[in-house]
Amino acid sequence: MKTTDKEKNRHPEILLQEATVRRKTRRDFLIAGVAAAAAIGGYEWATSASQEDEVPWPQRRVLEFNEKIAKGYLSNSHLMPTYRPDQVTFLKPNGDIGLKTPVNAADWSLRVIPGGTPPFTLQLSDIQALPKCDLTTRFCCIEGWSSIVWWGGARFSDFARKFFPPGRALPHYVYLATPGEDYYVGLDMKSALHPQTLLAYERNGKPLDQTHGAPLRLAISIKYGIKSIKRIGMIRFTNTKPVDYWAEEGYDWFAGL
Amino acid sequence: MNAGHLRPTRMDSKGRPTPILNREYPVIQESSQKNLLVSTRTHLDRRETVLMHRFRLKHLLAIRWFHWINFPLLFIMIWSGVLIYWAYPVYHIGPFPVIPKWVYSALGMDYRLAEGMALHFFFMWFFVLNGLLYVAYTWISGEWRFLVPRSRSAFRDAWDVVLHDLHIKREPPAQYKYNAAQQISYSAIILMGAGSVLTGLAIYKPAQLAWLTFCCGGYQSARCIHFILTLGYLLFFVVHVVQVAAAGWNNFRSMITGYEAVHENNG
Repeated sequence: MKTTDKEKNRHPEILLQEATVRRKTRRDFLIAGVAAAAAIGGYEWATSASQEDEVPWPQRRVLEFNEKIAKGYLSNSHLMPTYRPDQVTFLKPNGDIGLKTPVNAADWSLRVIPGGTPPFTLQLSDIQALPKCDLTTRFCCIEGWSSIVWWGGARFSDFARKFFPPGRALPHYVYLATPGEDYYVGLDMKSALHPQTLLAYERNGKPLDQTHGAPLRLAISIKYGIKSIKRIGMIRFTNTKPVDYWAEEGYDWFAGL
Repeated sequence: MNAGHLRPTRMDSKGRPTPILNREYPVIQESSQKNLLVSTRTHLDRRETVLMHRFRLKHLLAIRWFHWINFPLLFIMIWSGVLIYWAYPVYHIGPFPVIPKWVYSALGMDYRLAEGMALHFFFMWFFVLNGLLYVAYTWISGEWRFLVPRSRSAFRDAWDVVLHDLHIKREPPAQYKYNAAQQISYSAIILMGAGSVLTGLAIYKPAQLAWLTFCCGGYQSARCIHFILTLGYLLFFVVHVVQVAAAGWNNFRSMITGYEAVHENNG
């Protein structure tokens, strides 16, 4: 019995002259060659275009487009999973930019620049006076590793509510820097006010040590570790997108998880 | 076989087969040469004899485009993924790192994490879009019927294909448009693509898509699956290229032109 093409899962046969086949083959391989050249050209364009902060501008635009989607979708109910304090793991003190000289908690102070109203200075006790929040969650490094850390500190949202001058809307961004501005990060306000964003002064139940950013650091669980700036010396509220240490080195400015 | 049911075909300007008008239908006969048919057209004053080759449409135009667009995109996703993996190359097989550091330095692929991330999160859009369009097109065109294994014996048949290809078993397995091994691997590669996208999203947004990360077994598990799938593509690629080389020119050409010459042994 003859099996039909349909039963054999295939298209029907056709008859073609050899010249026709040769012409079509030549034409289609030519199209393939042109398409391959166009693809190489497109890749060259996307990777060799003029750079914006170490990233070719077409890729920088797409990173910003990705940011727009992530930021638009972000809500306070998007949470990193939490753990018990006894589940903490070793945390590598990865970066030491701005931490080269030791700091004494007594000498340290935090400069707050609200913009529009005069800057002022806070002590660690001012932050510790805010409601304390303990948060044991995953700390994700942009390098790919992660560890479970128990942070203790004040929510950034409580800090902003208490210290940002009342009667004015919060600006779109926050800029945080080490005392000498050797290391600095920019945050969008939505991420800064997220419930898992802390101004942390404790790690694993003890005051922060020097390598982990004593006396006060940021612990922002919904972003890569590059945003969790250690030894904060300055917090500035601003409506212009702030510069960011690693974004200037070719990383995504938003770095959201 | 009876050649009378076959009709000569022309290509129109877009390469689509267009039947020759009814009044021109010539007499088709078997040729003494294998795989050829003789078309004899009688005009008022002369007889014209042309050799006709038997062809069959194998790959639709859109599917050829999806395939060839996917190839460089998948390569770029793997390349940029390897640039990213450099920063935390933890996976080992026994005591051996899957990608040793010296490979990175030899290929100049070290210290390029930022570049890798920007590339990965740029080209992911094209990779996902092309994959979605492929699946949608395969579904709508009905082409999925050729690709998805639907026979109960698919896995046993696929094993026969493997044995035959390794020259362990002599008799050739049933070869329709795709054999069972092809159906399983071409379907699996699509599922793997979906797996890469999902585990990729789970690593990319473990807070915003915490449920997805949870479904992937957690952050570290998602990264591990994402990596293993990449090794799967490399394995697929090696086998695929070897098989295409073994299958020969007629098969390769069909992925460019769409048409495959029909031989008695695969008819």
